[in-house]
Amino acid sequence: MLVFILKRLAIAIPTLLLLIVFSFLLMHAAPGGPFTQERQMPPEVLANLNAKYGLDQPLWQQIWSYIWGIVAHFDFGPSFVYKDRSVNDIIAQGFPVTLTYGGVSFLVAVLAGVTLGAVAAVKHNTIIDYFAVGISIGAQVLPNFVMAPILVIVFTLILGWLPGGGWRFNDPSYWIMPVIALSTSYMASIARIMRSSMLEVLNSNHIRTARAKGLPGYRVIIRHALKPALLPVVSYLGPAFVAMITGSVIVDIYFSTGGIGKAFVDSALNRDYAVMMGVTILVGALTIFFNLFVDIIYGWIDPKIRY
Amino acid sequence: MKLTTALSALALFVAAPAAFAANVPEGTKLAENQTYTFWLLDAIKSLDPQINTDVEGSDIVRNLFEGLYNEDGNGDLVPGVALDHDLSDDGLTYTFHLRPDAEWSDGKPVVAGDFVYAWHRLADPATASEYAWYLQLMQVKNATAIVEGDMPVEDLGIKAIDDHTLEVTIETPLPYFPQMLTHGSTFPVREDVIAEYGSNWTKPENLVGNGAYTLSKHILGERVEMDKSDTYWDADNTVITHLTALTINDVNQGLTRYLAGELDRVDIPAGQYPRLKEQYPDQATSLPFSCTYTYLINLSEKGPEALKDVRVRKALSYAMNRDVVVDNILQGGQKPAYNWTHWATAGFEMPDIDYAHWSQKERMDKAKELLAEAGYGPDNPLELTLNYNSSEDHKKIAIAAQQFYRPLGVNLTLNNMEWKVHTDRMQNQDFDLGRYAWCGDYNEASTYLDFFTSYSGHNQGHFYNDEYDAVMKESKTAEDPQPLYTKAESILNEEMPLIPIYQYAKVSMIAKDIKGLPTQNVMQTWYGKDIYRVAQ
Amino acid sequence: MVIDSQKMHSLAQATAAEEVAGRSLWADARRRFVRNKAAMFGLVLLVIVVMFAGFGNFFAQWSNQEIDFSVMGMVAQEGGPSLANGHYFGTDDLGRDLFARTVQGTQISLAVGVIGSAIAVIVGTLYGATAGYFGGRLDNLMMRAVDILLAIPYMFVLILLLVMYGRSITMLFVGVGLISWLEMSRIVRGQTLTLKGREYIEAARAIGVPAPVIIRRHILPNLIGVVTVFATLLVPNMILTESFISFLGLGVQEPLTSLGALISEGARTIAYGTLWQLAFPLLFFIITLFGFFFVGDGLRDALDPKDR
Repeated sequence: MLVFILKRLAIAIPTLLLLIVFSFLLMHAAPGGPFTQERQMPPEVLANLNAKYGLDQPLWQQIWSYIWGIVAHFDFGPSFVYKDRSVNDIIAQGFPVTLTYGGVSFLVAVLAGVTLGAVAAVKHNTIIDYFAVGISIGAQVLPNFVMAPILVIVFTLILGWLPGGGWRFNDPSYWIMPVIALSTSYMASIARIMRSSMLEVLNSNHIRTARAKGLPGYRVIIRHALKPALLPVVSYLGPAFVAMITGSVIVDIYFSTGGIGKAFVDSALNRDYAVMMGVTILVGALTIFFNLFVDIIYGWIDPKIRY
Repeated sequence: MKLTTALSALALFVAAPAAFAANVPEGTKLAENQTYTFWLLDAIKSLDPQINTDVEGSDIVRNLFEGLYNEDGNGDLVPGVALDHDLSDDGLTYTFHLRPDAEWSDGKPVVAGDFVYAWHRLADPATASEYAWYLQLMQVKNATAIVEGDMPVEDLGIKAIDDHTLEVTIETPLPYFPQMLTHGSTFPVREDVIAEYGSNWTKPENLVGNGAYTLSKHILGERVEMDKSDTYWDADNTVITHLTALTINDVNQGLTRYLAGELDRVDIPAGQYPRLKEQYPDQATSLPFSCTYTYLINLSEKGPEALKDVRVRKALSYAMNRDVVVDNILQGGQKPAYNWTHWATAGFEMPDIDYAHWSQKERMDKAKELLAEAGYGPDNPLELTLNYNSSEDHKKIAIAAQQFYRPLGVNLTLNNMEWKVHTDRMQNQDFDLGRYAWCGDYNEASTYLDFFTSYSGHNQGHFYNDEYDAVMKESKTAEDPQPLYTKAESILNEEMPLIPIYQYAKVSMIAKDIKGLPTQNVMQTWYGKDIYRVAQ
Repeated sequence: MVIDSQKMHSLAQATAAEEVAGRSLWADARRRFVRNKAAMFGLVLLVIVVMFAGFGNFFAQWSNQEIDFSVMGMVAQEGGPSLANGHYFGTDDLGRDLFARTVQGTQISLAVGVIGSAIAVIVGTLYGATAGYFGGRLDNLMMRAVDILLAIPYMFVLILLLVMYGRSITMLFVGVGLISWLEMSRIVRGQTLTLKGREYIEAARAIGVPAPVIIRRHILPNLIGVVTVFATLLVPNMILTESFISFLGLGVQEPLTSLGALISEGARTIAYGTLWQLAFPLLFFIITLFGFFFVGDGLRDALDPKDR
């Protein structure tokens, strides 16, 4: 187990290095730089800027000093565009926000999805089942950039119940719409996966045996069916979590939450090399750790798996 | 001998000697709640006056800091930190008299040295300000050499005679120099604060400003909050106590939230003004705003041969149906443009432009005729590419342009690019026609017309014309430059290095109890201290 | 949305269990598929969508680029769906015919889905089959590379690619395709490993048949079932990815459009009384996705009859 974890962490380092070098080169190869402005600057002003941000050095040296800054001081450098902020500042501000609504959305998606899927399977071929299947398919195909403006029109403009955007950590009324917009389609996917794997488990021999022995229905389900039925859901969680973090850009745009999703897209468009690299590395690291975490949970649920 | 001039400023000094802050008419009943919430499209890039480059950033900077002069609701100068100034006979030395009661938000007095430090900082290559060229534009003595690193910053033409007297030396007389001082990059900053906190000095807990408001919160991409400053010299006349700026990246979303009462001012998305004006006549407003939207024509060596022919350029300009653009696409009170300088620019006299009076049919006929003379037409179609950067509105206009040109036998290929790529291509002359917009830095025609001089550095279409250069050079020293500006516009009309399309309007929803926002200022410069909210 | 990988592995095992020329497998599968109501419904939906994309233009009275100047500027009042002026689905914000644009958008969305998923499947299959067939150190190396690549946040890389390299439609196809080949390669590798041990393959190797021929003749045919299902389920994912990219303005460019681009334009103006701009593209978007989901699920169940 420990060896497995260490092995996986060892892969993490070359992965991140690859990610850094790849995105760095990609970014620098793009036309236009962080200081390309619609209003052209005199060359001497541009030269001063390039000197200040080290863009006048050879590329390998820039990569090296960037990596060294991270390794030695955990310093991701200054933002090239938000000039009175460092990348650390920007991530420290945006990441907790994204993580909060992302995490809550994740929990909502998992809890609601598993419940919906399990109930649908247990009530197979009843009106409840059809209803659950209908919801989950509908929710899966409705893009969240359609849902988000509808939510604001309904809950803010018409009903006046919720603030139309912004972010407060201490006021969950700001969280509700972002969470709905972000979690719905994942909730639906989880419900679908859960339903079909639950159906399979319920039809398997050991459940039939347990039922035949006369154990009450709900106990069989909770004790014996739920855990094995969760396996496919768990293997879906890793990609789902990462997709939620990357999908957060829509939440940031529509609900002005100030998270890192928008920061990333902006940094790519603005050629804010430093912020773009910082966010990419952060999300890359998060992906690696979350996949590892999921694998550990997987082993815990399914004792057949050996590391 | 010194001459006391204050140009346009003078008139106002006499007219309204008392309060320059919120000018609340006698008998107005003010609301209990004196807050003002406005909309920002994007995160504020910087709150540092010498670093900021954006219009939105300037709106915040103007409330946190104060320069030598401010603008009133008509765009005229009113005293800020400076009460007035003297100008030497040769027109090169300005002596500003600073008000003795100006204070920073930590209680220290605002002195001439703070301006000297700020301007040195702006020019200093180590600061690497993107707006360092503004000092060059203002013709401040030695600015160029300092920015290039050939001279120490101490040689800049600015000097503190004493704490309340500031002397600025410029290289050539510049009649509109005082107007340029309302720009944020010339605002004073505190040397000791910057020395202590470095680039963190603009964080709410560190920032020391001399404006009417102090920064209480700045969450990047979410909100900026400002509270009334008690140390501001005119705090007694400042009515609004709290300013909030909310970042909303989607303009339609902004409008929804305005309608839900979360904002006091928001921009109206293109095409929605007529409907909103009908529904909310007391809230939907459209005011002239100093920017011009154009397609630049590439005249450089890299440009297509056909565009070197002035007949082709004229044909392209004539065929552009500006009425459709403003009346059917934008629908927000923008004006069709047949020239370069915004029509509402102070003192600007519009030249008589022939095709402005024609009907669109006449323009099309003339365009066909000119193209035929140049050898193009439906049988020999002219293939051109239009570059524009991604945005709903640019896209709509480009698609319409494609349709306008089709009957001429001009096939326009649309080349939509992401903004940085577009800019890069434009600056390297990799385009045939390119979308561009220019916004005035100050309220005077030269801010537009300097663009097309061969030495301007912005002239991306490489329009080089000796007569034009000569006219613009002459205007710098002329007693009355306006006829020369009109002449310059006529040259542009003859040579057509651009296809002017429309001149901007600021189209916004403003809450009906908010008063005191500028109505006659084409720069749309506003100050929180001038605003007040009336009781309903 | 991600494909349920457990089920894909189970399907892979089920199809690998049969011999290559398992004719009965396919015949049975077809029978089961035809009996599956949801799958048949999905098939009908797909036929409708494909017909619409293919032949819709014969009925359009406007091209997808033409601006109807009599509607432009008064879209909310005049631009609604109408038989009289030939705009069956109404017009977009500029006065262009939404019917023609929806037809054209459906074409692009289908193309992105199908080509993207084809790229993913081809690359994944070749990679997985190679790794699995040769095994040993090469396999180890190739699968470590997949592990590394799996940890890369693809949506970010795709955004970067599209921002940097000018949003060409090729880049879009390749970009969305390259996101999804990793999972495919793992499944194929696993199946190749099982197949490799079969006697007839060992025999073929013993008589000196070159590796590419063995892979092509004996391994790939066995993979058809799993590849087809995976590809079908991948198509809606591709279409959804493309719609997200279009929302960010990085997708297909004018005058071309996609369902995702039309929907995101329609969603922006949702409050301005032009609801048809959202409704029609969204309708086709949804029935396309439904179609592929149902058909994909039906195919899988037909090929992997675990009696559920």
